[in-house]
Amino acid sequence: MAQAAIELIGINKSFGAVRANRDINLEVARGTIHGIVGENGAGKSTLMSILYGFYQADSGEIHVGGKPVSINTSNDAIALGIGMVHQHFMLVDNFTVLENIILGAENDVLLKSSIAKARSELDRLEREYGLEVDPDAVIEELPVGLQQRVEILKALYRGAEILILDEPTGVLTPAEADHLFRILKQLKEQGKTIVLITHKLREIMAITDTVSVMRQGTMVATRVTKETTVGELAELMVGRRVLLRVEKGQSEAGAIKLSVKNLTVKDSRGVTMVDNVSFDVRGGEIVGIAGVAGNGQSELLEAISGIRHAVSGEVMLEGKPIDLTGKADPGELRDRGLAHVPEDRHHVGLVLAFEENENSILGYHDDERYLKGPFLDVDAIMADAKDKIEKYDIRPGNPRLKTANFSGGNQQKIVLAREMEQDPGVLIVGQPTRGVDVGAIEFIHKRLIAMRDQGKAVLVVSVELDEIRSLSDRILVMFAGRVVGERGPDATEGELGLLMAGVEHQEAAE
Amino acid sequence: MDMFNAIIQVLDSTIRLSVPLLLACLAGLYSERAGIFDIGLEGKMLVGAFAGASAAAVFHSALIGLGTAVLISVAFALVHGFASITHRGNQIVSGVAINFIAAGSTIILGQAWFQQGGRTPALQPAERFEAIIWPGAEAIKDVPIIGPIYAELISGHSILVYFAFAMVPFTWWVLFRTRFGLRMRAVGENPAAVDTAGISVAWLRYRALICTGILTGVAGAYLSMVQNGGFVKDMTAGKGYIALAALIFAKWKPVNAMFACLLFGFLDAAAIRLQGSPLPIIGKVPVQFMQALPYVLTVILLAGFIGKAIPPRAGGVPYVKER
Repeated sequence: MAQAAIELIGINKSFGAVRANRDINLEVARGTIHGIVGENGAGKSTLMSILYGFYQADSGEIHVGGKPVSINTSNDAIALGIGMVHQHFMLVDNFTVLENIILGAENDVLLKSSIAKARSELDRLEREYGLEVDPDAVIEELPVGLQQRVEILKALYRGAEILILDEPTGVLTPAEADHLFRILKQLKEQGKTIVLITHKLREIMAITDTVSVMRQGTMVATRVTKETTVGELAELMVGRRVLLRVEKGQSEAGAIKLSVKNLTVKDSRGVTMVDNVSFDVRGGEIVGIAGVAGNGQSELLEAISGIRHAVSGEVMLEGKPIDLTGKADPGELRDRGLAHVPEDRHHVGLVLAFEENENSILGYHDDERYLKGPFLDVDAIMADAKDKIEKYDIRPGNPRLKTANFSGGNQQKIVLAREMEQDPGVLIVGQPTRGVDVGAIEFIHKRLIAMRDQGKAVLVVSVELDEIRSLSDRILVMFAGRVVGERGPDATEGELGLLMAGVEHQEAAE
Repeated sequence: MDMFNAIIQVLDSTIRLSVPLLLACLAGLYSERAGIFDIGLEGKMLVGAFAGASAAAVFHSALIGLGTAVLISVAFALVHGFASITHRGNQIVSGVAINFIAAGSTIILGQAWFQQGGRTPALQPAERFEAIIWPGAEAIKDVPIIGPIYAELISGHSILVYFAFAMVPFTWWVLFRTRFGLRMRAVGENPAAVDTAGISVAWLRYRALICTGILTGVAGAYLSMVQNGGFVKDMTAGKGYIALAALIFAKWKPVNAMFACLLFGFLDAAAIRLQGSPLPIIGKVPVQFMQALPYVLTVILLAGFIGKAIPPRAGGVPYVKER
């Protein structure tokens, strides 16, 4: 084994009563890609934040390049050649690429020389690693894939030899993720050391040399990637065997519950996002919409749930039309049996500052069950929340806890419990398991299939192809705002991938 | 020619009246660009005005007056920083508190020290910043058009007026051409990016607030030592708030800020000029209506006639490292 680039010995870190890291040992060899996997809340990000100087460990030692070091601030880490690509990019959105690159690494009180230096340096990095990006582009106008590239360039510009990437593919399209992996491999060949934090096992298998598994704040195992399997890693992560593919019976499709006809939606700039889309969803079936993020799925969902204006077309819910002016009353749609689990649970699905019990009835709070005269019936709400916590295994099981303090998976379960328990006829779910850990994914998938088996119509939009394939009875593929194909659940990944990339569509158009 | 002279006079007083607004507006620009809302511009100007006039009267020196004004104003800015940066308090509440402290303490201290009902003693010429007459101003005064423009508009202002207008390009240069400006703009947009780049968010914001304090101090000194020959209670009369409005109107940009402040200054000047004189068509307009115009305009402009003004994204939010 090559010399260790990083060595962590006996790292402990607590936040109040929560022990985020206990007695962690980790060794990463120089010039390798090392993966760290674990469920959300397993302590991966905390550990890396300690390495990057964002937090200080309560005890333990850090060795970089064989020497013991103390890292108290991000500056110390940068000086030691450690760079980090954060999950939520640390970029200033209305700055140019150049400005972001030099921020904090200016060589002078005036910017002129720094900008000139950064420009030539970017040019070199572009040639060496194929990291192309327009230095004068404004960050907010770049796609996320390029924004991430700027983050990588920022670290390299500061002379990083060790690069930590925290959940780098969470925001990327499959094509962008592939490109990222090529870049990482190239960096590795140039002798850089890369630590990749993720909860996607497939990425670990595809790119890493070695992998460590974390569970509940401890390091449970380290493996050579070639000698392990996805199954073993998944089991190590959750501590038990998980189903990567949900078992489900044949669907028994009934009457049409949701019908979309010639729906067209434009965004605020007038660009057509959904282009003449038509489909039906029947009771007792799950229809999955696959596609690379940004091909109109989000807009489609929003239009169907009445919160985005549609230019033309109609949507029928149980045979009656939905107001498509974008001003539909969501309460009325709920009463008509349409439940919506939005893609963005933080901004649309939940009020993070509310207690769990409040979020678990949000939107249904004017339902008689939760009212006592004009007032909220707190006892009934609490009882209801406790009931949902039990049924959906929401942890920690404290309905008085602030929603922001739940992990991503549990927050998603709060939203799902709220929407599913209203016994809707039609359930629309956007990204059911985005940012959700393996154990919870399995649970959520099972609940969705249970809904289907009760005869509900379920529409699922997801950018995770595996998820679409494992859940759906019918798969619609969206590309550039259009539905470019419909396939059965047995469609191969390659076939769907081609559709998602618009290949077949373009050929047909020619 | 009468008309021309009248216009020159209105423009001349436009410049004089817009100076305190401009200084306060640029002051606000520094703190807001760094992500700290500062509703306490008014209060800092007021303590600056009081401290300047008091020190000038006691030490018989305009410069000592100005220095004291800046010092006290910066001290108040640091109090705002201590509350809102170090202790992550609510920036609006802290700013309002500073305005109250300023309004109350200036009257109490003024009465205790000078016994003139909250006023400071009238300043002698040596204790004020006198107008600077530019070379040749007298000579070409009578040349048509150019003469009055040079003699009245360009020449004949106090040093603080020239300072205020020089601060416009200077602030632009600081913001967009220096390391400090880059970091300051960054901290107002995304402090986490600054933090992870290894720069102290708190120290950066404190420095921005010190800039704010300096400028509000000068603004206060201008009010009590140039525009007026001494301090009068509540002499800022809402200028700090108008400056905030101008800042939004200017979309947090220095050159726009200058034009916004000149516009407000012009309305003020026009209101004074038109008092009592009948307007064509409308006839005689009550004085109060004309005086209300700048404030009415503020409301109208801010109510949406200015297009979309996007404030610095991290404005008003105390920075806490994410867990």
